[in-house]
Amino acid sequence: MHRTGELYGHYQTLEQQKDSATLGMWIFLATEILFFGGLFLTYTINRHTYAQVFAFSSRTIDLKWGAINTVVLIGSSLTMAMSVWSAQVGKKKLVTLFLILTLALGSVFLGVKAVEYHAKYVEHHIPGAAFDLYYCTNNPAACNLSGKALENEKTELDDLTTKAGGPTAVNAHSQLFFSLYFGMTGLHAVHMIVGAGLLVWLILQSIKGRFTPEYNTPVENIGLYWHFVDIVWIYLFPLLYLIDRH
Amino acid sequence: MSEHIVSPRMYVLIFTALVILTVTTVYAATVDLNEHYAGLNVIVALVIATCKALLVVLFFMHAYYSTKRTQLIIIAGVFWLATMLFLTLGDYATRSWDVH
Repeated sequence: MHRTGELYGHYQTLEQQKDSATLGMWIFLATEILFFGGLFLTYTINRHTYAQVFAFSSRTIDLKWGAINTVVLIGSSLTMAMSVWSAQVGKKKLVTLFLILTLALGSVFLGVKAVEYHAKYVEHHIPGAAFDLYYCTNNPAACNLSGKALENEKTELDDLTTKAGGPTAVNAHSQLFFSLYFGMTGLHAVHMIVGAGLLVWLILQSIKGRFTPEYNTPVENIGLYWHFVDIVWIYLFPLLYLIDRH
Repeated sequence: MSEHIVSPRMYVLIFTALVILTVTTVYAATVDLNEHYAGLNVIVALVIATCKALLVVLFFMHAYYSTKRTQLIIIAGVFWLATMLFLTLGDYATRSWDVH
């Protein structure tokens, strides 16, 4: 059976039916806040405990990609919001167009994330047996490090090793940072992939002309989910990329 | 409570504000604010992030125009998050155990 916005028996008006659906979506999002909240809490405590190692590790992530992805994701929230508007005013073709744009921007975000993860793989920054925070200063050619940048990195890392209790401790605590980095951005990316799947479904429904001013609840509620995932990134970006740059 | 339609002009305005805030937070991160006040860099980054989140919730997610019941759920979600953060961090901050 296709749900096309008919009124179910236990509601009095379509508006009441829609309000209930929105309320349900927000209750789900409230549980998502706590789901991500636990990770943010863990990150905060460990960042405070191992401040210097976390600061150094955080600076090895490429700020440029993080900043670009932030704008890409905000852009995708705009196109998502525009598809909701298009449905509300009955412009069926625009609904599909804006949904496709949202899916495209979401895919760009995931592509950039793949580039970032690959860089971490090359630099031996993925937690596990091959992890080595000293890999780049020992093999500068592999990480495209040379000249002044290499000297700076070496000085900084030597200084860190003295202050933070030797190379074993530095590698252990840096792995903690990168476990949280991959855990948090990975969980976020999984949410993006789920969102992309939902968008594909919305696009197929939208091509059939299912969304109208009277019935656009799926666009609205998947939009809420998409914006929520955007908000998670709005906090991940400063906490992982920014706060130890200066 | 008839449905409120947010105009494209408003959406573009919010988007522009979000981009400006993103540029601001990236710039602020390159300046050493901690020398003025310990932890100021983190505080500035989180305040800007919260402004961005508020713009998204209120306008992209229509919370500003939602029913009071929906707004209550949103506030409850944030309240539970705050409870988890403050009780746990308060515990870490005040116990005599050595976490370092």
